[in-house]
Amino acid sequence: MASYLILQKILKTGFVSEPAPQADPALRTREQALHAVILKVFGQAVAIRHVDAGSCNGCELEIHSLNGPHYNIDGLGVKFSASPRHVDVLLVTGPVSRHMEAALKRAYEAIPDPKWVVAMGECACTGGMFGESYASCGKISNVIPVDVEVPGCPPTPTALLQGILAAVSKGAPNADD
Amino acid sequence: MKIGDHEWRLDPIGPHIWRGRVETGQLLALSRAVKDEGGQLVALWGSDDRHLNGGFGIHVALLTGLGLAWVSCALPTELPAYPDLAHIFPQADRMQRAAFDLLGITATDAVDERKWLRHNAWAADEFPLRKDFSPLTAHRLPLPEVDAYPFIRVQGDGVHEIAVGPIHAGTIEPGHFRFSIIGDRILKLEARLGYTHKGIEKRFEGMDIATGARLAGRVSGDSHSAYAWAYCMAVEMATASAVPERALWLRALFLEIERIANHLGDLGYLGNDVALAFGFVQFWRLKEDWLRMSAKLFGHRYLFDRITPGGVATDIDAAGQAELDALASRIEIEVRELKAIYDEHATLQDRFADTGICKPELAAQLGLTGLAGRASAQAWDARTQFPQAPYDQLDVNMATQRRGDVLARAEVRFAEVYESLRLIRGILKRLPAGGIHAPLQPVQAVCEGLGWVESWRGEVVVAVRIAADGTLDRVHPHDPSWQNWPLVEVGVLDNIVADFPLINKSFNLSYSGPDL
Repeated sequence: MASYLILQKILKTGFVSEPAPQADPALRTREQALHAVILKVFGQAVAIRHVDAGSCNGCELEIHSLNGPHYNIDGLGVKFSASPRHVDVLLVTGPVSRHMEAALKRAYEAIPDPKWVVAMGECACTGGMFGESYASCGKISNVIPVDVEVPGCPPTPTALLQGILAAVSKGAPNADD
Repeated sequence: MKIGDHEWRLDPIGPHIWRGRVETGQLLALSRAVKDEGGQLVALWGSDDRHLNGGFGIHVALLTGLGLAWVSCALPTELPAYPDLAHIFPQADRMQRAAFDLLGITATDAVDERKWLRHNAWAADEFPLRKDFSPLTAHRLPLPEVDAYPFIRVQGDGVHEIAVGPIHAGTIEPGHFRFSIIGDRILKLEARLGYTHKGIEKRFEGMDIATGARLAGRVSGDSHSAYAWAYCMAVEMATASAVPERALWLRALFLEIERIANHLGDLGYLGNDVALAFGFVQFWRLKEDWLRMSAKLFGHRYLFDRITPGGVATDIDAAGQAELDALASRIEIEVRELKAIYDEHATLQDRFADTGICKPELAAQLGLTGLAGRASAQAWDARTQFPQAPYDQLDVNMATQRRGDVLARAEVRFAEVYESLRLIRGILKRLPAGGIHAPLQPVQAVCEGLGWVESWRGEVVVAVRIAADGTLDRVHPHDPSWQNWPLVEVGVLDNIVADFPLINKSFNLSYSGPDL
């Protein structure tokens, strides 16, 4: 019975996935030597590890949304991975709380080179409302090198996807291609 | 107010909200009286009052038969201490430890004196919420990279530990879980939180009232409207400012939109966690439609900064009302279709039922609250029993279950989605005409207020004290996750480790909210 209802619902729903946005190279902040060979290997397939370094959980809501059917990131070759050892991109949200500083650095170090860091959201880009204090290191680039900054509170899934694509696309400035 | 046999001097400061001050010696008797009549401790926090009266303060928010009582005790400057309340209300334990970490005020004779919010960002003899603690110089001090915390160990043949976090496998907030297991069964779970502590309460100090609303909304981003409303309720109470009626109704509209968005997301993830990816995709499709409607009608997918001191920032016109009403009707039809599938799905029902049980007796004893509480027969919802306007005119139907398992928490979410959709349609029909914002009354002297809002997760309380110059002197935002995290530890006992993600998601508690 459940299977019948599921099939019926799937057929009735149809396709809701939308075309992907273009990469936004303007979001890039750090130049990195991108070898053509590596780009060919990654192509449009990229694995991401997300770390919440102290966010309010607003940005996480949009990361979840990005995994929903409208955005079809699997179809773009983008997937989220549980282990930093398996990924190309570290996606970081929040200001970096002092209590997450060591964990964030270790996650960054655990990712094999070459790697890209995407800072997501106002707090990650500037420290946001939380700023720097006894408990907060402020923006992500105060703690680890950042390649792409995606502003917004929180950034929409589309803006986030543009940032991720900008991090690994050939549209990057001075890409060795 | 009469509690038990004793008449306590508590004055009403808002609908169902009371204010009182007692001697430290009376705090225990008051707490026992509240507990005896079936009440609960909702929040506990401290304050540095040395610039006002020469000491410290300890504050409790108690749920009584007549509403929420905010009771304070003055503590001396030297060795500030108050009697331990955790032996009456176990949920006080972590709040008391946090009050010590932040202010250096001690709960006398408390069983658990371990640190809670403090890891390695400040030293044991420094107290960030004391007014003489400088937030800027302190963070330059070199501190140990690794933090040591004495977990409670389980010993015996075949027992071993699994340490999880602070970084988890999925897109989740950071926290550490220490499992002691035998085979696949969980013998003990101890959570260590505080990783996202980013100094929010210190940040409020000296901030202007308008900026404070933006920060309050970011205590826990998934409960933005609830926090922003509770904060605004508090500052409006403190400044004796009136809010236009239409603005109050729009705030309720935003709160119910937020509740539905979160419930849709959770119902999807609950399906995902039992390998029904179909459920995730369908519910997140509906959630995306819902968020896009918010962006279109109100200018933000999560309604950030739409609630401001004195009213709201965005109105809705007749066309918008019709559009929202139509979407609410479609979402209801679709959620009912999906509920029929969840009901019929044998694997899902098998995984949900009898998993992660919090029995009603234990829930009452430990103070389980919010939607998780209602799933364990803790039949209370601030919108129903102690409604603030406009809920006093909306007759909210409370959803309750007795099973206390994952299934019950899912059922409460379904029922609350339907009820919130009904409320939204009602609000749209009855939305009063008029303005949506009125300026706050100017601050003349030190003043205080308290806001109390039933978020999708449970009750959010924000206590505010405003300095004579109109800046914020002390703001304490309280998240219902404070009370509920210990129940996750209890609910997983004797379950298998593989069911932890499902049980955890069925509560979906905040880290950022209680980490502050």
